[in-house]
Amino acid sequence: MRKLLLPSLLAVALAACSSTPAEKPTPVETKPAPAPTTTAPVTQPPVQADPLAAVRDPNNILSKRSVYFDFDKYDIKSQYQQLVEAHAKFLVAQPQVKILIQGNTDERGSSEYNLALGQKRAEAVKKAMGLLGAKDAQMEAVSLGKEKPKATGHDEASWAENRRSDILYPGEF
Amino acid sequence: MTTNRDRASRRPITDTYNRKMLSRREFLTAGSVAGLGLTALPAAAQLRIEITGAGANQFPLAFAAFDGEGLLPRSLSDVARADLERSGLFKLIETGPTPIPETASIDFGNWKYRGADALVAGSVSKTADGRFQVRFRLFDTARQSDLGGLELTFRAEQYRAAAHGVADWVYQKLIGEPGIFSTRIAYVLKNGRQYQLQIADADGQNAQSALVSDEPIISPAWSPDGTRLAYVSFQTKKPVVYVHTLSTKQRYVLSNFKGSNSAPAWAPDGSRLAVVLTKDGLSQLYEIRPDGSGLRRLTNSAGIDTEPQFSPDGQWIYFTSDRGGTPQIYRMPAGGGDAQRITFQGNYNVTPRVSPDGKTLAFLTRSDGRFRIASMDLASQQVQIMTDSDKDESPSFAPNGRLILYATEVGGRGVLSAISADGRVKQRLSGFAGDVREPAWAPFQK
Repeated sequence: MRKLLLPSLLAVALAACSSTPAEKPTPVETKPAPAPTTTAPVTQPPVQADPLAAVRDPNNILSKRSVYFDFDKYDIKSQYQQLVEAHAKFLVAQPQVKILIQGNTDERGSSEYNLALGQKRAEAVKKAMGLLGAKDAQMEAVSLGKEKPKATGHDEASWAENRRSDILYPGEF
Repeated sequence: MTTNRDRASRRPITDTYNRKMLSRREFLTAGSVAGLGLTALPAAAQLRIEITGAGANQFPLAFAAFDGEGLLPRSLSDVARADLERSGLFKLIETGPTPIPETASIDFGNWKYRGADALVAGSVSKTADGRFQVRFRLFDTARQSDLGGLELTFRAEQYRAAAHGVADWVYQKLIGEPGIFSTRIAYVLKNGRQYQLQIADADGQNAQSALVSDEPIISPAWSPDGTRLAYVSFQTKKPVVYVHTLSTKQRYVLSNFKGSNSAPAWAPDGSRLAVVLTKDGLSQLYEIRPDGSGLRRLTNSAGIDTEPQFSPDGQWIYFTSDRGGTPQIYRMPAGGGDAQRITFQGNYNVTPRVSPDGKTLAFLTRSDGRFRIASMDLASQQVQIMTDSDKDESPSFAPNGRLILYATEVGGRGVLSAISADGRVKQRLSGFAGDVREPAWAPFQK
């Protein structure tokens, strides 16, 4: 055993000094020099890619950011499950990404109750995504209550549009 | 309904008024209206006050033009008369343009014949130091007697405050409860993307901005002594509670914990506030001292607890909670403890406000899809829906308990309305330069 060990030890020691021109070539093959970045091989992912490109791609479900609610409700309806799952999976795959979830309400009723209800709507989305693996530290839930309506009409169509949680990615808040 | 309350209506010296009650025998002693020291904003729009309905028993009162009031920028008697008329409790008998000084010899029979049960007569004069003085007396036309009067000294630009003082005195004398004409209201004015927290006289005049912001402002709450205003601002992109001191125009952050900070409510002794925080999850009630120390959690429910409001005796906190599945009003001991449910009709009852005498609860209810102000007699738990509109919010009692001020929407605009506690008299205050919301009626000056 010792006889075999010595040559391999020697080989390791020589390999560590392979940059010195006087050294003999070592048994350990060195890799060819990496290709310059301007001619990156197609098989490798692009070095400058935007990890958030998917959430801004209109063809991707991740560009859909809003969950809508019924009056005085904060439960997530089944039609939004797929959207919530997609965002949760994205956060699991991108653990460095942090999102903001903003809960909103329609204009009717008291400001303070709506502030609390908006918080519930934001927390509902956060909780659903947490159950699917997104980390608590990746998500902050806040409420805008009824103070920042997206639709400014005074009819059911506007109200329905405002009963909403939005998912915001970095750069958007 | 007249009572003789000379002693009871004497008010301690305040920094706006200094006045004394007079009997008919005593010679008029001087009072003075100290400088308010505030600059009024120019009125951007004509404020309109409309009154509908009438008190059950309107007191017929003749309020004469005051002798010498041409010395003032505007008619002092007009302002006082308008105050009394706006209360809905008086039927103002036409007096014509002829001024009647308080020293005049009164033709009681003639006034009685014209339908007046009482007459106010007065005069305005200039003082040696360039200020003004108003003196008036109230006469009982039936008994043909002098019910006394008052003298107020003021600077010319304070003629409205003097007029309100006159109206308060007459109101108290004839109705038997304090008038609110010298009180103030706070509210939020929204114009495009600009929000202003404004403080105005009870008739909407003399508005001044305590805060201008391009982020929302909600929940103004007066301290019990009327010197400070707590409110919630979204200036830092999240709700934070501030306390503003009116005299210095300075403010400080009361509560800025992680999450939302909102719904400030002062304890009646001023020793602490209740606030709503989401720092530990969903909205829950906490108490905090006015200097921001002493945070203590008050509720621990699985849902939303918000909109705390102390009862006037300081014993209870009324609040909104959805712990039972729908938003309802509960109350618990002011130091925390078991809550009991107060509202049982319908599935949306929020914004509890207790009357100054502790006997009535005003709140916002959703009934038939309409958001309206309701009133509950706390002893019998009987509920009466007070308003007939659609999108009411934010009820606030006048400090004499007689009126409930609230925000509503007319023609797509946010306006203020008031309804008397018995539901008979309705007032609308409109013509603001924007949408008005979140009214809060200030307490009496102490």
